[in-house]
Amino acid sequence: MNPHEAIAVAKTRADVWEAPMVPRPWRVVRVRRETPDTKTLELEPAEPLNFAFRPGQFNMLYVFGVGEVPISISGDPQNPQGLVHTVRAVGAVTRALCSLKRGDVVGVRGPFGSAWPVDEAEGSDVVIVAGGIGLAPLRPALYRVLANRGKYGNVALLYGARTPQDLLYRRELERWRGRFDLQVEVTVDAAGEGWYGHVGVVTKLIPRAEFDPDEAVALVCGPEIMMRFAVKALHERGVSLDNIYISMERNMKCAVGFCGHCQFGPQFICKDGPVFRFREIEGFFRVREI
Amino acid sequence: MSDPTTAAIERRDFDALLGALRRRGYEIVGPRLRDGAIVYDRLHSADELPVGWTDEQEAGRYRLKKRDDEALFGYVVGPHSWKKFLFPPHLRLWRARRNGRGFEVEPEPLPDTKYAFLGVRSCELHAIFVQDRVFLGEKFHDPVYKALRERAFLVAVNCTQAGGTCFCASMNTGPKAQEGFDLALTEVIEGKGEGGRHYFVVEVGSERGIDVLRDVPHREAHPDEVARAEARVKQAEKQMGRALDTHGIKELLYRNLEHPRWDEVAQRCLSCANCTMVCPTCFCSTVEDVTDLQGEAAERVRRWDSCFSLEFSYIHGGSLRQSVKARYRQWMTHKLATWLDQFGTSGCVGCGRCITWCPVGIDITEEVRAIRASDGARANRGGEGGQPR
Amino acid sequence: MTATGANQRSKPLKDLLAEHPFFRDLDEKYLELIAGCGRNVKYNAGEYVFREGDISDTFYLIRHGRVALEVHVPGRGPVVIETLGEGDVLSWSWLVPPYRKQFDARALTLVRALAFDGECILKKCEEDPRLGYELLKRFLRLVGRRLQATRVQILDIYGQGGK
Repeated sequence: MNPHEAIAVAKTRADVWEAPMVPRPWRVVRVRRETPDTKTLELEPAEPLNFAFRPGQFNMLYVFGVGEVPISISGDPQNPQGLVHTVRAVGAVTRALCSLKRGDVVGVRGPFGSAWPVDEAEGSDVVIVAGGIGLAPLRPALYRVLANRGKYGNVALLYGARTPQDLLYRRELERWRGRFDLQVEVTVDAAGEGWYGHVGVVTKLIPRAEFDPDEAVALVCGPEIMMRFAVKALHERGVSLDNIYISMERNMKCAVGFCGHCQFGPQFICKDGPVFRFREIEGFFRVREI
Repeated sequence: MSDPTTAAIERRDFDALLGALRRRGYEIVGPRLRDGAIVYDRLHSADELPVGWTDEQEAGRYRLKKRDDEALFGYVVGPHSWKKFLFPPHLRLWRARRNGRGFEVEPEPLPDTKYAFLGVRSCELHAIFVQDRVFLGEKFHDPVYKALRERAFLVAVNCTQAGGTCFCASMNTGPKAQEGFDLALTEVIEGKGEGGRHYFVVEVGSERGIDVLRDVPHREAHPDEVARAEARVKQAEKQMGRALDTHGIKELLYRNLEHPRWDEVAQRCLSCANCTMVCPTCFCSTVEDVTDLQGEAAERVRRWDSCFSLEFSYIHGGSLRQSVKARYRQWMTHKLATWLDQFGTSGCVGCGRCITWCPVGIDITEEVRAIRASDGARANRGGEGGQPR
Repeated sequence: MTATGANQRSKPLKDLLAEHPFFRDLDEKYLELIAGCGRNVKYNAGEYVFREGDISDTFYLIRHGRVALEVHVPGRGPVVIETLGEGDVLSWSWLVPPYRKQFDARALTLVRALAFDGECILKKCEEDPRLGYELLKRFLRLVGRRLQATRVQILDIYGQGGK
């Protein structure tokens, strides 16, 4: 296309976002301590606002004067105005987010990114494999599946964390475990007294879970190395790489594909991801330091 | 848009072009001589151009030299590119003020500058088109880039000599400017002294160009003049000392991500980020959130960034591209390969800046050649002989 | 621990083994041989199956329940490093010197298992090295998988520095 024409076309497209670079204010309604270094924030809009998201998407959260970070949305997509974010304090901004109190205001830009294939997975078994804080971006997918339980086959949640003290959403996990139509298996890397559950890597739970590998869609999220082993274990069990989805993480500054930081091979994690079908990124996933 | 017409402007009338632009509210920027280099800055008259100067460029080398004529555009490209205007190195995005327990955000008004770029080389024109695809993309538009770009008036200049590190011909980006400009000039100097002639063959590329040209003394170009202009541009094409073979380059680099050449170039590369700063298509940026001392007012500023910095790929726990090898590989494979998947064109326009301004003279065309020559080689695995598989 | 429960097993031990993935493709005569060295055992929750340092002359096939492999860390108390459940094989140290248990194994729940007399089987392996080879293959695979899993565990991937 002639460059002059390209500009003319750019002027007329109404569906294109004029890059959302300005955060909108949301108020903290509730802060829940999940683990010693992780909090879940529940937010409501501080000004009238239409907000909707799909499971797997993320927001950029801004703390006044401190900075902005990408955090996946971990609430119920059917209740988007009750925005939920689970944050682990690992740096200046996340530490500031974890220090927020009820009534404080947070800047939100979003939602951004690709979503878990919860619609496409209808009719299949669903295996959710979560490691550590990876359960946070998967929870909305599980909510969505449970809200439409009849449309799915066997559903299993396999969750691994460091120690029993690091388990997220403990009470909810126990509630889910109580259902008759959901398998929930939890494992930790190490445990002291009082833990009667599994101890071992989360991949060990995969061979035992009840699902048909030929009819299953797997959603995997956690540290990259955990995803690597989980994909391997799922594949060994017979799940096709076309049916395994992972969520990637990279440094992000803009979330709209301009700053270049989140590139992973040809993919921009912020707009082509963070959720990817494994087959799509298989080649680059195996390259070190890419 | 009417068919491009060709005209001729005499050297003595060149300032009328600047006047015509100024009267239309354009802020003219173009090449100026400063600190031993030709950079892009505000221009008020033709005399402020680097008249009678040329540049000598080689890998890791840039020198200015006096010409034996008074050419206005007798050089090629320097360390600046037009991205410094369309994609400013420092840009405030918004300001915020505390308000009770909350805060109010005030977006920055869009710039209303009307730039006229005087002296855009064909490679640079292509670089602008490349950045158009980045900032005016499928999903998101950068409103600042869009505002400045729509208003910008482009006066292209066809190169009549190749620079020492140029390879636009092999990248299909020059030396002749084909489209996308408002006006394109080819400078012709014939003979010296009294009998000498100094004029510009002008090609019109847009309605805006026609409008501006009306205000400048000009005449129809004589076919001889047009022929002479074309010959000089053809000559520049033949002079290119380098070439980058782009055949199947995406697949070539995709299958050679573990090639030992990356380790080799990493031994030379200082990860100084010069190449990304001078490259006319590099677009990486970062944001800084700052507040005043009382913590009452905050702002977010965007500034240029480089994939060569260690922090670029930092996520909690560490940087994902620790080694210089990984960062050089990221830059080069992005520029020549993944860019194609992302935006449908190469990220490289063959301007040669990265070669000239690299302190150790790393040559991107040579790196590609080396990988092509031993396509499929793997880093030494040890053992007897260490033969590649 | 009791040697047999109140219920009588209806299926012969040999058939139970044949169904188990660990003993798959093992020659019929070897299955009989191993079955001959096995017996049913039961542990109540909290009871130790074995302790670190015990002479290792038995290995187990867990049929029901969960067993925790523990190590005692001074100042921390017992730390569970892995749990094994239904279908898992417990203990490989009976195969090779120094024939000592490396960890404590404690029943977290009621545990029903098959216990195999290692000394008995080893003697049969000396007589028939083919049997020894078949068992070593299987146990090596088991140890390899445990090693891989353990290595991932020690990476502390969920830790602060983990990515």
